[in-house]
Amino acid sequence: MRLRPAIASLVAALALAGCATTPPEALRGTGDLGVVIERAAGRVQIVEHSTNSSLATVPGLGDLSHAHVTFSRDGRFAYVFGRDGGLTKVDLLARRIDKRIIQAGNSIGGSISQDGRLIVAQNYEPGGIKAFDADTLELLSEVPAEYAPGKFSKVVGLADVSGQRFVYALFEAGEIWVTDFTNPRRPTTTRYPAGKQPYDGLVTPDGRYFLAGLFGEDGISLLDLWQPERGATKILAGYGRGEQKLPVFKMPHLRGWSLAGGQAWLPAIGRHEVLVADARSWQETARVAVKGQPVFVMARPDGRQVWVNFAFPDNEWVQVIDTVEKRVVHTFSPGKAVLHMEFEPRGEEVWLSSRDSNRVSVVNTATFATRSELPADAPSGIFFTARGQRIGF
Amino acid sequence: MDRSLLIHVAVLLGLTALAVSTTQAAEPAPARQKELVHMVRQDCGSCHGMRLAGGLGPALLPERLADWPDDSLVATIIHGRPGTAMPGWQRFMNEAEAGWIVARLKQGFPELD
Repeated sequence: MRLRPAIASLVAALALAGCATTPPEALRGTGDLGVVIERAAGRVQIVEHSTNSSLATVPGLGDLSHAHVTFSRDGRFAYVFGRDGGLTKVDLLARRIDKRIIQAGNSIGGSISQDGRLIVAQNYEPGGIKAFDADTLELLSEVPAEYAPGKFSKVVGLADVSGQRFVYALFEAGEIWVTDFTNPRRPTTTRYPAGKQPYDGLVTPDGRYFLAGLFGEDGISLLDLWQPERGATKILAGYGRGEQKLPVFKMPHLRGWSLAGGQAWLPAIGRHEVLVADARSWQETARVAVKGQPVFVMARPDGRQVWVNFAFPDNEWVQVIDTVEKRVVHTFSPGKAVLHMEFEPRGEEVWLSSRDSNRVSVVNTATFATRSELPADAPSGIFFTARGQRIGF
Repeated sequence: MDRSLLIHVAVLLGLTALAVSTTQAAEPAPARQKELVHMVRQDCGSCHGMRLAGGLGPALLPERLADWPDDSLVATIIHGRPGTAMPGWQRFMNEAEAGWIVARLKQGFPELD
């Protein structure tokens, strides 16, 4: 008779103890989380865009002078690729490093497979790609970018597409390669000639077209992944009109955020212009004069605006293009050396990192008012977990 | 005899003074040195890596540069290398400053503050 209340109070006590020892962050979602790279310090900040706040700092990630992040499909883990070949799996809920390996001498980024089970890194040294188990970071296979006997190329523009495939471009080889990891320990690769010195690549949000920007010639190489046997074709060829190129003090970065309103918005190389092409015919439809050499040309998620930042020495500026009027409608400086931008998933705010002002600014995309400023040590990339649900990120 | 010796001494002294003054001219002021270190680590670092261990551009570490003559490295910085992604930086520095950068790169480049 007395046992029952005793058990009840014991259960209640255990439940309370359980509550007391469960950290509150374990009982939250991750859909509004992200990471900000603090490049010189080798750290990331874990941030939250519902409240525009920084939740934690995770140190010990090595050389992050060029860092890229991809996310697990459950949005819990951030895979951070460092310049020094480090691959670090950061637990956004526990706010600590889960696993870390050094997988190459010099790395540029990576991506996650369609089924979420493989992490593929793209490397400069040794040139090629490597596939890892997303849980354990065990090396499963590698594809050296040996395009001629004994000659290895730097790999750029890696993008995940359907069928466990990854598409990427080879800077020295001038080729696009498609590697199928259906059997992750025995990948198969198909090669396509692309053009001179591809510097980065992107896949359209539906995963159909892979575009490789070319540095060594005016044009963009396009591979239709629905009909890859037709090979890569050249679009926007000769956009420089034979004029002398302006110097490029930083290479542009391409990703699937370039598509807006049925058009592709792409940085020109050696011209202070954004090139616009119809995303069906791939014919040039416009070009928009901007303040400097574009680096990131990013559409707001609804496609009504395209935001542009610039290479040194114009890197304090950001310009906003209206995609209907196809002209710059706003120019401003959120700080010195603006390295990256990331839209919140619905696009009402954008985060901008200013390396030399040591801050991240959150700007309302309708009014252009600054909503928040977060201190950060020489911030570069900003990456939100919503990327984990998108093809090519 | 005495006269020619004097001339020799004078010329020698003059040359020494010239050498000293060129060295001094080649040494940018401390504030400018700081700017150059920042530019190399951050902006050259976009391609060569903030730790100068290489990226799309080659590593700029002492062992990698040891065999390259200084004047050829200065020319690369000032005028770029056609056919590669290396642009010329003459808008942002003069040859003496490029020479200072080359000398520092060969010794092991200063860290950011």
